[in-house]
Amino acid sequence: MINKLIQKGKTEGYTDATASSFDWRLALRNNAYTVRLLGITVAIFVIMSLLQPDAFLSGPSLRTMAFQFPEFAILSLAMMIAMLTAGIDLSVIGVANLSAIVGALVMVNWIPGGAGSVQTLAVIGLAILISLGVGTLCGILNGLLIARIGISPILATLGTSQLFIGIGFVLTKGHAIIGLPYVFSNIGLGLIWIFPIPLVIFVVLAVAVAILLNRTALGSKLYLLGSNPLAAYLAGLGNTGLLIRTYMLSGFLAASAGIIMMSQANSAQAEMGSSYLLFSVLVVVLGGVNPYGGVGKVLGVVLSVLSLQFISTGFTMLHFSQFLEKFAWGALLLLVMTLNTVDFRELLSRYKRDGARSRT
Amino acid sequence: MNNSMKRFLSRNETLVGIILVAFCIFTGFVEPSFFTIGSLFDLSRNAVVIGILAMGLLVVLVSGGIDVSFTAIAAFSMYATTQLLIVTPLGESFLSALLLATLVGFSLGMVNAIFIGLLRLPTLIVTLGTLSLFHGFLLAFIGTKRLTNLPEGMLEFSKSTLVQTIGPDGAIFALPTAVLFLIGSVLLTWFILQRTMLGRGIYALGGSPVAAERTGFNVPKLQFFIYGYVGALAGVAGVIHASLVRIANPSDLVGLVLTVIAAVVIGGARLFGGRGTVIGTVIGVALIVVINNSLILLGIPSYWQRVVIGLLILLGTGVPAFRAKLAERRGGSLE
Repeated sequence: MINKLIQKGKTEGYTDATASSFDWRLALRNNAYTVRLLGITVAIFVIMSLLQPDAFLSGPSLRTMAFQFPEFAILSLAMMIAMLTAGIDLSVIGVANLSAIVGALVMVNWIPGGAGSVQTLAVIGLAILISLGVGTLCGILNGLLIARIGISPILATLGTSQLFIGIGFVLTKGHAIIGLPYVFSNIGLGLIWIFPIPLVIFVVLAVAVAILLNRTALGSKLYLLGSNPLAAYLAGLGNTGLLIRTYMLSGFLAASAGIIMMSQANSAQAEMGSSYLLFSVLVVVLGGVNPYGGVGKVLGVVLSVLSLQFISTGFTMLHFSQFLEKFAWGALLLLVMTLNTVDFRELLSRYKRDGARSRT
Repeated sequence: MNNSMKRFLSRNETLVGIILVAFCIFTGFVEPSFFTIGSLFDLSRNAVVIGILAMGLLVVLVSGGIDVSFTAIAAFSMYATTQLLIVTPLGESFLSALLLATLVGFSLGMVNAIFIGLLRLPTLIVTLGTLSLFHGFLLAFIGTKRLTNLPEGMLEFSKSTLVQTIGPDGAIFALPTAVLFLIGSVLLTWFILQRTMLGRGIYALGGSPVAAERTGFNVPKLQFFIYGYVGALAGVAGVIHASLVRIANPSDLVGLVLTVIAAVVIGGARLFGGRGTVIGTVIGVALIVVINNSLILLGIPSYWQRVVIGLLILLGTGVPAFRAKLAERRGGSLE
């Protein structure tokens, strides 16, 4: 990344008054992984279309995919942000469900019977805000445990995931919360013109995160923190604050995903979608994010989600069992990690050099 | 008080031990039936599977890694072994079940070892992948049916007992033979970690992989042993579990991951720390089993269990981590 900055600076500094053209070759070289991923995504789409042209390319099938993948994608974005800082957030599912449950409780209990549509919408809006707030708070808790107390992200988020799911169970007494207002299901199932609302929400969030990561100081600092926490600490970047904000953002995104999931399922449960955890790790790693931190692009994650969604839909159409899919995800994760070994090894030696205790 | 007494009291294991004792006293106070022999036998029975798995996981954590696939390995070994023994004439004895399961578990552990030891990939992600791989394979290709016609040997084993007493109301309380396997795995793990060069290597690896390598330890070999060991123990635990509950359910056991992790972590083992002792893990397992039991005895709904386990993990990792941080700031080291 530093190389890219220096190169960019050089080009910009040396061009003359005429507009400098975007250096395509440089961009391609720096984003080789993402470009390869784009190729893979297109290839998978083509293969699936050829295998089952009527089923796969049909309107309903594409529409279903367009409605389904945003929630995974947003969860993966949450996971991605944590991984950029060399951490991980195993509690995304727990956060999503807990915030959904709180939102559902608000909606179910605070909408008076026979309320007008304005009132209903107001309470729904409030519920959404509270839900996002809960997610952010959960994220702050994660951040504090990791940054202030110093628990490793794996164990901290493992513990909080149980805590959040457990609180979810306590709040729902083990049942699902149903009886959500009909209007609310528009979020998960409605359309703006021809675009599914979940897709629109995802695009907005993805663009926002991409801008945050690429064009703000916070984003640069996150990448630097992930690359070398010790250097970041010594440079005075404020590791504690950065980590708290990282997990705060992760919690916020998880809550957003939770709202969409709740809207589509029309209910809130303590442990909905627990199999998505591995899936989001797979998505993120496949998308080019390095688990050791410092590397990763939003576009990569987006392409990765699309590829896996195509595979998933394809599997269903080929009548493969869900267990086979589980097996495939595991195998794919291992395969991708192995193929990336060269890149990981280089960062592994850097990780080894700095030592595990450089996380301050 | 003198220095060594102070150090003993400030050790993590001691604190957890005190919490365990306090909890037992509290539960016994509220529900006196807790202090009977029968209750003790019951607790021991519940502790067997978790304990054996915890011993394997302890070795992994001490080496600086983490394994979330061991429960899938346990389920896989258990189900595959039972299935194989039912359909082939390999014998009906418990010993053959045990050997077969250990072999299967060890082999699955080798899969982990290849990715972690040879390819040097991060342990959490590899084991997340193999968790899905093994469990998916089990359910997709081997079977999803619950097997109730267990081999004779396994059924015999589930009935065999070490000690028997008769309670006040005539009910028979027995300590199952399975407890011997728990004790065996505890002693074996203790011996390996504390009395062999292999164990020193594992601690060294956890402390610093680079230093371990430079000191001359063969890190890939160590990794192969570690993940083979936890796989083998998982196989043993799986078979014992199936025998004790008298059914081979492929969906069993996988959900125990977090319970076992909590037990080991409470007992003082640390990720990236190269720290952890057998006695600490034993206390951790005891605490988890007692808490689970108490929740039932005290009539607390089972969904509080997740909250409790979550809190235990956070406390178990948080307190030592925080104390380490304070010590760092003060400029000394705690232990």
